Amino acid sequence: MENNLMVSSTPHVRSKDTISSVMRDVVIALLPAAIMGIVYFGLKAALIMIVSIVSAVGFEALYQKATKQKVTVTDFSAVITGLLLAMNLPSTAPLWVPIVGAFFAIIIVKQLFGGLGQNFMNPALGARAFLVASYPTFTTGAAFGATGYGVVGVMDATTQATPLAQIKEGAVTVTQNDMINALVGNIGGCIGETCAIALILGGVYLIIRKVISWKIPVCYILTVFILTCLFKATGIAAAANRQPVYELLTGGLMLGAFFMATDYASSPVTPRGQVIMGIGCGVLTTLIRIFGGYPEGVSYSILLMNLCVPLIDRYTRPTIFGAIKKEAKKA
Amino acid sequence: MSARHKIKERGVHLMNLHTFKRGIHPPDGKAFTNQKPIEILMPKEGALMVFPVSQHIGAPCEPIVQKGDRVLLGQKIAEATAFVCSPIHSSVSGTVKDIKPMLTPSGAMVKSIIIENDGKFEEDPSIGKTTDENDYKSMSREEILDKVKNAGIVGLGGAGFPTHIKLNPPPGQEIDSIIVNAAECEPYLTTDHRVMLEKTDRLVMGLDVMLQLHPKAKGYIAIEINKPDALEAVTKAAEKYPNIEVLALKCKYPQGSEKQLIYAVTGREVPSGGLPASVGCIVDNVDTVLAIERAVVKNRPLMRRIVTITGNGVNNPGNYQIRIGMNIKEFIEATGGLKEDCAKIIAGGPMMGPALYNVDVPFVKTSSALLCMTKDEATLPEESNCIRCGKCVGACPMGLMPLELNQDALAKDYDAFEAHNGVDCIECGSCSYVCPAKRHLAQSLRITKRTVMGIIRARKEAEKNGK
Repeated sequence: MENNLMVSSTPHVRSKDTISSVMRDVVIALLPAAIMGIVYFGLKAALIMIVSIVSAVGFEALYQKATKQKVTVTDFSAVITGLLLAMNLPSTAPLWVPIVGAFFAIIIVKQLFGGLGQNFMNPALGARAFLVASYPTFTTGAAFGATGYGVVGVMDATTQATPLAQIKEGAVTVTQNDMINALVGNIGGCIGETCAIALILGGVYLIIRKVISWKIPVCYILTVFILTCLFKATGIAAAANRQPVYELLTGGLMLGAFFMATDYASSPVTPRGQVIMGIGCGVLTTLIRIFGGYPEGVSYSILLMNLCVPLIDRYTRPTIFGAIKKEAKKA
Repeated sequence: MSARHKIKERGVHLMNLHTFKRGIHPPDGKAFTNQKPIEILMPKEGALMVFPVSQHIGAPCEPIVQKGDRVLLGQKIAEATAFVCSPIHSSVSGTVKDIKPMLTPSGAMVKSIIIENDGKFEEDPSIGKTTDENDYKSMSREEILDKVKNAGIVGLGGAGFPTHIKLNPPPGQEIDSIIVNAAECEPYLTTDHRVMLEKTDRLVMGLDVMLQLHPKAKGYIAIEINKPDALEAVTKAAEKYPNIEVLALKCKYPQGSEKQLIYAVTGREVPSGGLPASVGCIVDNVDTVLAIERAVVKNRPLMRRIVTITGNGVNNPGNYQIRIGMNIKEFIEATGGLKEDCAKIIAGGPMMGPALYNVDVPFVKTSSALLCMTKDEATLPEESNCIRCGKCVGACPMGLMPLELNQDALAKDYDAFEAHNGVDCIECGSCSYVCPAKRHLAQSLRITKRTVMGIIRARKEAEKNGK
């Protein structure tokens, strides 16, 4: 044994965190919202989630097999992509929609750009944008108004136009009852975006487990809140009937802030960059909601910010230890 | 009672613990040996002691004994040859058997003086008796520095920089803080902890000797909060020295890294590429300060040191006072040997200590521990894709972006590596530790840093010649 000692470079100890353990934590954090999705939208929601996850994992495995790479589906990252994609679809979507979406997310957005960690935008959101643009009838507006495919959820109220779409049309003023419904998820929307409280619970779990930093979600949410307040205060007609807290609980903001904008590969790695990412998403979301053509705006804000990430990272490097004097000299 | 509670009772404000930015919290593994008193382990009669002529940073020494000579304990056997150099003394009495290249713990073959121990430990008349005590208070600055230099003292924490140079910074650099690095932030190591408990007064006196060189400076002994008993003992011992303060540090790695420790204690940042003296600080580790005390007060050169042998791969973990030059293999056997499943032996702590491929090497001045790991512990996980989680950025105590430097390193883009401040890496290993993808960040940074430093040196050289 003494003649057969192992040698390696330092450090000789590593933390217990692995890619699978980190990704597993994300799946755990998504579960409350996913379960609430099933509670509200019925077994059809569960079916969409299963189809979406299975196809995401399947496409990843197939691609890696076909390109003779090591199959890494056990790292749970494809599971997350599949689950997030499903949670971003209406429960009324036909089952081929998540399959097409998973193909786009895994093959086009993720694998063609180099696989895990190399995707330049959030794969699930990229796929959602693709689906919304290609099959609007199954993924937007009217899809929420249809009455389902025979599997009926607990709440009837949920298969109707999303609250932000109604506000956009100027149809509603927000009551206290609406607030409570938005908090518990008893509103129209995609499978996983309606129950704000479940999403916050999952997000807090991720922050406590140090899987994500608080910076992106908190800056994102605060920016939307503050900007909505400001626009409301200016008296612009488009912002007149907006209720800032309600804006936070609806339109997929919680899902986006905690789970989508924080996607490792497509968000900044620097602390200052993460603050900018959060604020940027918040600004874009508010502007799209109040002045843009879409009622929600979360997914496009995040996608647009995703594209800025390399630039953000470059200009927000941490100040290196001992750099003070050098900078003082320059100044 | 937990350490936290004990400290709270004594009124140390936990919120005010001194620390640095970022860093990591590896499991400390100190329970193996932190309750084990230091045992003295002398080399056996007939044992071959090996003294490599280079046990420090700087030029190698030149042997001043010859094959066949009889040498005494404490006799100088190799003399310093350059400014940055430190002499070597025999830690036993006996006969010089040979002078030839031998394998050292660093893995290099180094010219070494081999002395057969006669077991008599006959002392050289030039060194002081253990009962003697000099009045260091009446010594001149030159006298003290001379004693430290001639005692062959180097940084015993692992770096091995000659201490007399550190203690005597160039003119114009006023020293106002002398810091004893008692953080012992490396997991598993407990020698500093034990010294603080068992040789408390001598440690504090050693710092007082150093303060004698810089009368305007304040002395600090900085101890991580996970050693409450040491904090208590040292605080008590330091009470009678008005210009010595004991500080509690937050338990975080790498708290004991020189730059990070200076920041924790004084709030100053050593400028990139600079030395501690440029911000008015001298930092020495616990065992070094003890060696200074022995050299100045007792006229004893550096012949021994304290080492921890620990880990799941060893039968009897413990702390030992050993003679420099002792064979590590014989030492391991003398302490009770290795377990069947021991697969990796690290000279030092798990974060920065090099792994030994052969234990048939001598203890040198900078050997601080032997960490013996079982096969399960020692097997490192496989590397996978970087997922850009940013944990390495959040861990790097130097404010670097290891993931980006690793890309530069893998692409051999040395210009980018330099532009991204890669040479500021202190090789603490925090990035590799936190990486969930288990990427070999510290390893690739270390290798590339060496290359880039060479390029920078060559460029400076060329600039000089060009002028």
